[in-house]
Amino acid sequence: MNEKIVIIGNGIAGSTLALQLAKEGTGSVTLISDESSYFFSRTALMYVYMGHLTKEQLEPLSRESWDQSPIQRVKARVLSINPENKELSFRNNEGEVKQLSYDRLVIATGSKPAFYDWNGQEAEGILGLYHLSDLEKLEKWAPNASACPEAVVIGGGLIGIELCEMLLSRQIKTTLIIRENFFWSSHLPESDAQLVEKHIQSHHLNLIKEDELLEIRADDTGRVASIQTKKGETISCNLVGLTTGVRPNIEFLKTSRLELDKGILVDEYLKTSDPSIYAIGDCAQLRNPLSNRSAIEPVWYTSKLMGETLAQTFSGQPTPYNPGIWYNSAKFFDLEYQTYGRVHPKALQPENEQHFHWETDEKGMTFAYDKTSGAFLGVNTFGIRLNHRIVSSWIETAITIQEVIRRLEEAHFDPEFSNRYYKQINHAFVQNH
Amino acid sequence: MHSYRTTSIQKVFTYMGLSGLAVLILAGFTASFLKSTGLFIGLGLISIGVIGYTFSSYSGLPAGIKNNGVWHQSLTSRGIVAWVVGVILTAFYVTLYFYPEHLEGLIRLFDPLSEGLSGKKASQWFVYGVLYTLAIVLFGIKFIIKYKHSKYQKYRTYSVIFFQTIFAFLIPEIMARLNGDLPYYDLKSIWPLNYYLFDGYQLDGFLQNGSLGTILLIFGILSTLIITPILTYKFGKRWYCSWVCGCGGLAETAGDPFRQLSDKSLRAWKLERWMIHLILAWVFISTVGVVYSYLLQAPDSYLLGPKIFLISVSLLFSLVVGLILWKRKDWLAKDAQSSAIAISSVILLLLGFFFFSESDRVLFIPSYQIRSAYGFFIGSIFSGVIGTGFYPILGNRVWCRFGCPMAAILGIQQKLFSKFQISTNGGQCISCGNCSAYCEMGIDVRAYAQREEPIKRASCVGCGICSAVCPRGVLRLES
Repeated sequence: MNEKIVIIGNGIAGSTLALQLAKEGTGSVTLISDESSYFFSRTALMYVYMGHLTKEQLEPLSRESWDQSPIQRVKARVLSINPENKELSFRNNEGEVKQLSYDRLVIATGSKPAFYDWNGQEAEGILGLYHLSDLEKLEKWAPNASACPEAVVIGGGLIGIELCEMLLSRQIKTTLIIRENFFWSSHLPESDAQLVEKHIQSHHLNLIKEDELLEIRADDTGRVASIQTKKGETISCNLVGLTTGVRPNIEFLKTSRLELDKGILVDEYLKTSDPSIYAIGDCAQLRNPLSNRSAIEPVWYTSKLMGETLAQTFSGQPTPYNPGIWYNSAKFFDLEYQTYGRVHPKALQPENEQHFHWETDEKGMTFAYDKTSGAFLGVNTFGIRLNHRIVSSWIETAITIQEVIRRLEEAHFDPEFSNRYYKQINHAFVQNH
Repeated sequence: MHSYRTTSIQKVFTYMGLSGLAVLILAGFTASFLKSTGLFIGLGLISIGVIGYTFSSYSGLPAGIKNNGVWHQSLTSRGIVAWVVGVILTAFYVTLYFYPEHLEGLIRLFDPLSEGLSGKKASQWFVYGVLYTLAIVLFGIKFIIKYKHSKYQKYRTYSVIFFQTIFAFLIPEIMARLNGDLPYYDLKSIWPLNYYLFDGYQLDGFLQNGSLGTILLIFGILSTLIITPILTYKFGKRWYCSWVCGCGGLAETAGDPFRQLSDKSLRAWKLERWMIHLILAWVFISTVGVVYSYLLQAPDSYLLGPKIFLISVSLLFSLVVGLILWKRKDWLAKDAQSSAIAISSVILLLLGFFFFSESDRVLFIPSYQIRSAYGFFIGSIFSGVIGTGFYPILGNRVWCRFGCPMAAILGIQQKLFSKFQISTNGGQCISCGNCSAYCEMGIDVRAYAQREEPIKRASCVGCGICSAVCPRGVLRLES
């Protein structure tokens, strides 16, 4: 018998799972998406607006290979699911509502931008940066600096800074407003945040800290004209980017009786409260998060790993989700950032976690280690690339910070001929300890 | 429609560079116009144009990747401007190779420069050499400023500028001045890229010029058989293709704005593997045929008799192919193995024809004709007209990827026994596609990176741009 596996969402989680299942010949796979017919890299949307890539180049797998694969792709919007009958209903491109039955259902619907009911947020010229359609909106509202001289972006996370970089690439005067007293303070220690702030300001981004959006004002045509902040500042603008985070995209499940919290609750096998239904990616919330990890981790790498893990389970090898050592990366304009393990910002820093920060001329690293044992906990690195496998193994085996600093050059991953800062770092560390 | 319109300062410098070209063309058509001062005014305006454009584009900007608007600009996204430039470049190459008489005025303009260097009057190839070298120098400076944050990019550009100006341009001119009978020899142009190295007149030139000529001939043979494999083992084919070679030098500098136009499809990859290896077989057969017929003319005058020559070439060739198939069977895909066997068998069969017919004819076609057909179709039309003329349409490495027999040999070496590879950094890839998009050789780098596999491809010229444009620090060239 051929099990009917239906996956809702063709992002990195859903597509990874579908491709893996097709490769192993497990079940007959249907992949549903209402956003795009072909899997694309959401994290690279910015490069299309900036002109580095074409839309089609965002697609990691050629259209030809999708068309040849046994995966059945359906472009449709899922309206609701009915676990009792193992059935879901969807609206297809032609607007017809249809039913589809499944043996196993996987929900991989990702996130959506979190808007917080600001006054005036229905005006024209307001967007998040998440969907393919947001690119079209940007091209319509902010094609160039003469059509859109000024823009305001609210919220200082990774998406917010990307949107700023995009707008500035077309010479649009851009202001970024963040609530906190330094950039991305939910994730970065202050020293790192300052390094990033210095860099983004050198790119002529106007950064306003410790202020919040109060309301958005439109002109007579209904188009955004200005915003007002809580501190009473009025900033004229033709576009407002709302990048105050994302939340799981699960509204369509409200009637399903699946156990939900912020996301869809899943066990370590990524199974929901219904034994035939699984959830992976941004929309999944682990009932028992692993130590030092969050219950919801809306990032590319964990979504990919969840897809791979579930594929193993479906192919007859039940595998618990085990993401290993945390890692992530980003690029703030021209400043590359990688993180391995945990380097907590001040507000979340456990008492035993000590930091050693080193920086020079737009490059820097912050190492976290245990105050008593000296065990290495993690590192943030800016402008210097480190080897993922090596640094992870150091964290896993909990070698001491002294040893990490001494052996740091082993994790060298910068291009050939790049300056090497390991002696400097070693020197600074020895002087401080 | 977009805001990536060039600024007015950029426009001024663009027009300045174009007016330099116009001065050269006008002076070329009407010999009386400005006479040879026209040459210096023209070249000067071109230089100021390119350098001024570079500074107005990049100065004051923070160091980093400068790809904003690449797919929005007509020139770099196969728009109208790209087609116009492509047609003009192609027309120039066609005239240069096949109708040089129309360039007579232009060539005479270069006489003073040529006489100053070699003491001879300028030829069309001298004019081409000057313009070619100038392009590598000027656009090399542009490239260095564009990638000022990357030492790897800067160093290899210094290197191609050096090898072009000194080895390809100056040394042969000076050698010609010192010893007029020596063949014009660019030391870094290695057989089979330099397919005419063993032509009869070249061999005469080497052999009739005493020990210097002999040394040069031996150097030429050693370059192909010994020096090249050793360097490729240590560094990968990049030591040649993106640090030394003149074709690569032009592709990396003047061709840099077009690298994203390379075809990434599976079809193109298949075509590439057939074409480049068949061209290698063609140049191999025609060279052996030409040397064989050279030896046949006077079978007893050289240490190497024609038959001994053929036997040793066949044995050496069989040994190399046999070793590859035996030792590296697992490294080669099935279709690569079968096509290697097919092409090698045809080569051995043709060598057998030479041997038993005791003539240099391949199926009644004299080998010099095979050789001149190669020179016409591959040496001129492919490497020049298509390879460079079509930069704005097909990308900057079409010749290197589909046509260059040197790249074919180095690629085989790189795939089979080089320490070179591009390592990927664990799970950091976000599949954005910048690496694949900007790979001038059309390698789908992302396909490897997202599977966390190292990239070991015969065609990779090691330009390092994939590593530079990666926003997550995933790729590292290693050897």
